[in-house]
Amino acid sequence: MKKNILYSIISLCALTITLSACHKDKKVTPGDPNTGQVFSVAGDQVGRPGIATVFVSAADKDNFNVTVPSVMGAAYQAKFQTQLQAYNGGAYTTNLLGLSASAFTGVLATDVLGVSTTGKTTYYDGTNVLTGRTLTDDVIDVSLILIFGGPDASKNPGLTSDHVNGNDKPFSTSFPYEAAPW
Amino acid sequence: MKKTKLIIAAAAMALVLGGGILWASDHADAPNVKGKSTDITDLYVFQGENTSNLVFVGNVQGLLSPTATKTASFDENTMIEFKIDNTGDNVEDLVIQCVYKGGKMYIYGPVKPVSPGTSSTVVGTASVVVPVTPYGADAVTVTSSTGIKAFAGPRDDPFFFDLDQFHKIVGGTASGFNNPGTDTFAGTNVLSVVVEVPKSMLNSTGKLGVWLQTKTK
Repeated sequence: MKKNILYSIISLCALTITLSACHKDKKVTPGDPNTGQVFSVAGDQVGRPGIATVFVSAADKDNFNVTVPSVMGAAYQAKFQTQLQAYNGGAYTTNLLGLSASAFTGVLATDVLGVSTTGKTTYYDGTNVLTGRTLTDDVIDVSLILIFGGPDASKNPGLTSDHVNGNDKPFSTSFPYEAAPW
Repeated sequence: MKKTKLIIAAAAMALVLGGGILWASDHADAPNVKGKSTDITDLYVFQGENTSNLVFVGNVQGLLSPTATKTASFDENTMIEFKIDNTGDNVEDLVIQCVYKGGKMYIYGPVKPVSPGTSSTVVGTASVVVPVTPYGADAVTVTSSTGIKAFAGPRDDPFFFDLDQFHKIVGGTASGFNNPGTDTFAGTNVLSVVVEVPKSMLNSTGKLGVWLQTKTK
C-alpha cells in the first residue's frame, strides 16, 4: 500500500516534470519546419533589371539563370558585345559613362547589383552609378541611354526614353515601401 | 502574286515579333521558369527609412491581374534567396533565405551559406517569421528582436515600362517611343518579399554585390 502510494507520487512527479519540460521546450525553441532542408534545383536568377532579357539570346536564357556570377563574365561578355552592336547597327562607340563596347558589356555580363552601404542607393542619378536600385529609379531610361544614346546621350533620341517616368501607384516612405496590390 | 507577297511579309513580321526580345525587367525571362513560382520579376536593394538599414525586395510571379492575385500563392517548394558578396569576388559570403510554409514566410540570415552556388541548404533557425498578408488586407509586418523587418504578400508591381511600344520598335512597326508612353505593367501585381536588415549585419566595407535566386527542392 505504502509502496503503491509512493509509486503514484513518483509517477505524478515524473508526469509533472515531463509536462513542464515540454511546455518549456516549446517556449524556448519553437521547432523550425525548414531547418536543413535542401533546395537543389536552380530556378531563376537576376542582379540588374533587364540584362537576361535584353542581352541573352533565346538559346542561352535558361543557361544564364543557372550560371554563377563569378563565371558569367567569361561566358557572356563577347556574346553581349555582339548583341550591343546589333542593336546599334554596328555604330556603338562609347556611352555616357565613357565605356567602350567591351568595357560596357564586361560590366553587364556579370549580373550582380552593386550596392553602397555608406551612401545614397540609386541605379543612376547623374552622379552615383550603380549604388543600388530604389523602387522609383527609372532603370529603363538609364538602360536605353547607355545602350542607344552614344557618348553624350544625344544619339537615337526616339529610343533613349520610353516616357514612362514613374510607377502607376505611389510608394510609401515606410516599410514595406511597395504599394498595395490592385 | 500580290497576295503571296503580303503573306510572306506578314509571316516575316510574325517571325520577327515571335523571336523578338521580351524586355520586362526579368518577368518571364526564360522557358524553364516562365509561369512558375520560381519566375523572378525584379530585385531592389536600397537604404531604408532608417538609413542604418538596407532593404532587400525580391518579387516573383509577375503580371498578375487583380483576379489572379486573389488565388496566387507562394510555393512551399521554392526558396527565394538573396545572395550577398561583401568581398568583391562575385561569390556570396552571406545569404538571406526566404521559405514559405503553412501560410508564413520564414526568413533565415543574413548568414554564411553552407556552400556557394545554385544549391542551397536552409541555415539554422529563422531570424524572423511573418504571416503572409492576404489579398485585400493591410500589410502585415514583423520585426525581430535583432531589428530585422519582414513582409511577404501581394503588392502592386513596382516596375514600369512601355513594353508594348518597345515590341513595336523591335518588330519594325514603330521607329521610336511615344510621348507620353504607356506603362504596360500598370494594374498588375506581383508576390513580394521585403526584408530590412541593419547594415551592421552585412560585414560590408562599403560596397556589396547582390543577386536574387529562386530554387526548388
